[in-house]
Amino acid sequence: MNQTKRTEVISNSNLLLIIAAVIFVLMYGFAILRYPGSFLQYQTFFDMFSLNAPLIILTLGLSIVMIGGGIDISVGAVTGLVTMCCAVFLEFGPRNIGGSMLLALGIGIAFGLLQGFLIAYLEIQPFIITLAGMFLANGLLTTIHKDPLNVTLPDFVRLRDSEIVIQWLGITNRLGKFIPLTIKPGAVIALALVVLMVILMHWSRFGRNLYAVGGNSQSALMLGINVKRTKFYSYALCGLLTGIAGFVFILTTGAGNVGNATGFEMKAIAGSIIGGTMLSGGVGNLIGSPVGALTLLTINELIRAAGVNSNFQAIASGMMLCIFIVLQSSVLWLRGKGRFRLALPAWLSRVRS
Amino acid sequence: MMRVRLRGVQVFLPLSVLAILILINLIKGADYFSISIINGALYGNIPNILFGASELVILSIGMTLVTSSSGGQDISVGVAAAISSSVFVRILLGAGSITWMTILVAFLASCVVGILIGAFNGTLVAIFSVQPMVATLILYTAGRSIAFLVDGRLSPVLANDLTSQIGSVIPGIPIQTPILLTVIFVILFAILLRTTNLKLYSQSVGINQKAARLNGINPVRIKILTYMILGVCTAVAGFIAVTKAGRHDSVNLLKYVEMDAILAVAIGGNALGGGKFSIAGSIIGAYTIEVLNRTLLRLEVDTETIKAFKAVFIIILMVIASPVVREYVAKSVKLMRARRDGAVQTQLADGTDAARVSEAAIPTEKEV
Amino acid sequence: MHGICKSFPGVRALHDVSFTLRRGEVHALMGENGAGKSTLIKVMTGVYEKDAGRILVEGEAIHFRSPQDAQDFGVGTVYQEITLCPNLTVAENMFIGRGRYALVNWKRMKDKTARLLDSLGIPARPTQALSSCSLAVQQMIAIARAIDMDCKILILDEPTSSLDEDEVQKLFSLMRELKSRSVGIVFVTHFLDQVYEISDRITVLRNGEFIGDYDASSLPQFELVSKMMGRALDDISQLKKHEPPEQDCNEPVFEAAGLSSAAGVRPFDFRIRKGEVNGFIGLLGSGRSESARALYAADKVIGGDVRMNGKRVKIGEPIHAMKRGIGYLPEDRKGDGIIADLSVRDNIILAFQVLNGFFKPFTRKQAEAFAEEYIQRLNIKTASTSTPIKSLSGGNQQKVILARWLLTHPEYLILDEPTRGIDVGTKVEIQKLVLKLALDGVSVTFISSEVEEMLRTCSRLIVMRDRAIVGELAGENITEGDVMHAIAGGGEQP
Repeated sequence: MNQTKRTEVISNSNLLLIIAAVIFVLMYGFAILRYPGSFLQYQTFFDMFSLNAPLIILTLGLSIVMIGGGIDISVGAVTGLVTMCCAVFLEFGPRNIGGSMLLALGIGIAFGLLQGFLIAYLEIQPFIITLAGMFLANGLLTTIHKDPLNVTLPDFVRLRDSEIVIQWLGITNRLGKFIPLTIKPGAVIALALVVLMVILMHWSRFGRNLYAVGGNSQSALMLGINVKRTKFYSYALCGLLTGIAGFVFILTTGAGNVGNATGFEMKAIAGSIIGGTMLSGGVGNLIGSPVGALTLLTINELIRAAGVNSNFQAIASGMMLCIFIVLQSSVLWLRGKGRFRLALPAWLSRVRS
Repeated sequence: MMRVRLRGVQVFLPLSVLAILILINLIKGADYFSISIINGALYGNIPNILFGASELVILSIGMTLVTSSSGGQDISVGVAAAISSSVFVRILLGAGSITWMTILVAFLASCVVGILIGAFNGTLVAIFSVQPMVATLILYTAGRSIAFLVDGRLSPVLANDLTSQIGSVIPGIPIQTPILLTVIFVILFAILLRTTNLKLYSQSVGINQKAARLNGINPVRIKILTYMILGVCTAVAGFIAVTKAGRHDSVNLLKYVEMDAILAVAIGGNALGGGKFSIAGSIIGAYTIEVLNRTLLRLEVDTETIKAFKAVFIIILMVIASPVVREYVAKSVKLMRARRDGAVQTQLADGTDAARVSEAAIPTEKEV
Repeated sequence: MHGICKSFPGVRALHDVSFTLRRGEVHALMGENGAGKSTLIKVMTGVYEKDAGRILVEGEAIHFRSPQDAQDFGVGTVYQEITLCPNLTVAENMFIGRGRYALVNWKRMKDKTARLLDSLGIPARPTQALSSCSLAVQQMIAIARAIDMDCKILILDEPTSSLDEDEVQKLFSLMRELKSRSVGIVFVTHFLDQVYEISDRITVLRNGEFIGDYDASSLPQFELVSKMMGRALDDISQLKKHEPPEQDCNEPVFEAAGLSSAAGVRPFDFRIRKGEVNGFIGLLGSGRSESARALYAADKVIGGDVRMNGKRVKIGEPIHAMKRGIGYLPEDRKGDGIIADLSVRDNIILAFQVLNGFFKPFTRKQAEAFAEEYIQRLNIKTASTSTPIKSLSGGNQQKVILARWLLTHPEYLILDEPTRGIDVGTKVEIQKLVLKLALDGVSVTFISSEVEEMLRTCSRLIVMRDRAIVGELAGENITEGDVMHAIAGGGEQP
């Protein structure tokens, strides 16, 4: 009666990740079959990575916060703010690329620290605080510079246009010319961050503490973890990643624009959820973030390649999300039947019996 | 315990904020309360506020209910309004002639759509136990595209006397129609609360779902019901928005309204985690947000910077209301009083402070 | 061997309680619900701040400000609610929050955990998710963690409640091992046999007061039980028990056969006649509350038949029970009973209102009238009917819940610990009330930890022990002694 009921090796996190990965592979496979012209090239994949590097980075940051049981809906707006500030800095201010990088990080961290403090130490609901953060970032953005601003600094443009060329992978185009695979710096940064964050969350004390806090913050406290500090760090880290995402954004597009990164927060949340991170906290493998984001993007690409009205993209994303959410809910319900019930995320409810 | 000074009066917070804002406005220009009559209707700062806040008020009411019973927020309300109003426009324009009758029918149809949307969200929340924000994220993502599909063309135009009357003024009635509609809605809702046990059940479910069930309440049904009511609210809000604008813009209709609605609920003193609610508080909260918007405009703050101000405002509000800060303030007050009364702190032989009474030591824990 | 002393006189729900733990001894802490055991433990471990008194460890006064402090000091605690993180693996739960390391060495953690689990005979693998282990195993892992942390003092709060016999024995050998390492163990439990098997000394608390500490070898089980359930300083008014009138060929008001619920109650039979007062009696954890809950379908009913007045009825949800005229006052007042933020008035009318229907709310006047009536009748102390119930004292909260069910004029009322936390005078009032109800033809099932109360009110006692019904006592002259014997397993007599 008291033996362990099943020999479970796969944690909930990983199970959901596997489901996400499988679906991604299926989708991509389907894409390749259907549109070999576009999808069979490595270039398409890497382009997807490059173009959407900011989103992938944001998804990382958001997953981290979500694992701790919180949420940050300001990331899109802050990214936009960072792009505009960098643009202004590079065009009108000291025209210094290094400086602009620091600026980007600074803005991101500042938001992270402020929000983190209010949420972790003053125990205010994350949703409201990060909503305010979003408003603040938006407001500052339009105040600083309303119109699109192109960065013309030569060094910067060179950096933007630089790419890593991989000679041995490539495609021969119709004219018989061999075009090697090119990877843009944004993709490299994103990839590097994915690796870094996965290492951080899997091996560092902070990462494991964060999982504990997200799983059951009461227990975590009893186990000797400084819950407030851990949560605070998670928001600060998310802020840092947001800053980086902003810089990568302007690196990719070369211009500051009021509409930059709007709606990214919801995409990042969706990507995280699809990738197996649960909003309630404590569950989620960070590799799932890029997987989830890419799954979302693949669907969109598929739709675009099919020549379908781009309108349907949103509907498809919504449907996917719905399926994933119901799937997650069912999987966890089946698994948890009779044992433990996942607690509501602390930021959405008071402590209940 | 923050509102302990005005015991039980939850609306203290929004009212005081509103009062401050009005004061600021009066300082800016003493003619704040002036009302003029144009074309037989009342205009002026106050009427404009009432006019502008109509949709927000209605949505806040629904959002309050949903927050109360499920402990979470519905971020798809703007989108739901877009969808239901797209149905309204589609039916109306497809009906050939626009009369009061067809308007009514189309409106009812849009309400049905709203209810269905509510049922969808409610089922995810109540039966699948998905967190409200996540569940409503689905429609948030996909909804406007659905609305776009439904209304067929890009921003179909309602160039019709009747509808524009609904959106502004019906000849002969001095008050702008949306204001009337809002008032009627609020009255109907008040009647709903009076003739049913919705408030009691919803609050009970939100505060203690287990106890509610032991008293015969069905939490699943109540939660779904609240979401469906919110669905009706979104339909009505969409109806007002579309008649105001004279066209249906699926992308921009009531964009960002969900955030304002959630804010209104919070400013109204309602706990975002569920439980007791005050509709009056949320309504005042909604108007407060509208006043805030307009005040900032009046103070000649850039439209762009308004958002930043709003943000700071929210943050300050939340900090003041945070439990940690409240506790700190309460403790400091106690300390100050003790010092003022000249209490001498006795020290026991081993150095423990006998004067310290720790609230945490009052065991109300269940003994297992 | 010089002792480790702890004494704290005078804490709010602990009036002048002392507790002394010696090095290398197993000291059992016993007492019924509300006795103060949990509070004492929490003060010991820094979760609560004491109001007054001193805590001494090895002769030195110390002050724990947080659980972390206590942990650093060498006080390890294993609570009954499992304070581990179910989303992490076993190995992680073993080591998280300890030590100052930067990177996790998964291999080392896994190996150390494997060794630990092996040496303690715990059937779990280090890489398993904690949530996939049964509750019993989870508890053992929590204990293993505390042990691994080399504590000087180990506090075990109801560690055996989800363990089976083998696991209990494993735990005990562990405890003996720790004893030999001079660790002092505080063992909070309600299982009598276990107490005698493993403890050296026993401290008994009752109603927040220190009753005494004794050597286990010199305190007979019978006496222990009596000290725990003990003679409350009641005013022994001679209440006449009510024996339901002889009725020929009438069906029991409520009858259950083979009823079992998801809360782990084994299938049992039950019946109660009109106007009868019966009760489940037994120590904490014996399954009284779970059985009562099964009757009301408060927990999911798995199997069994229910009949009322001879007719088969379906009671799958509380609302079904309510509609059939059954009321239930839950044991966990805070978690299952009160709707904390709502007013006294709303809490009183709630059940009756639900019975009245969704579309028929009471007017403010009606609700006020109902509330006032019962505030009077039960002498509920509240500033007004609109006061939120959470600001009332526990006893008054209890009266409000009682009022709630009385208002529904039930045919059958189940009261689980209705007198807990209530002052003596009111306890008597409630007992009188129960008897009056019976006289008026209402059937009552009454559960209380205070034996005399049950003796005074119940005409039939269903004795439970360790989740099973072990007997039934009926008749005019049941004595405390009979009950104690029945609970204590009838054979151990001094």
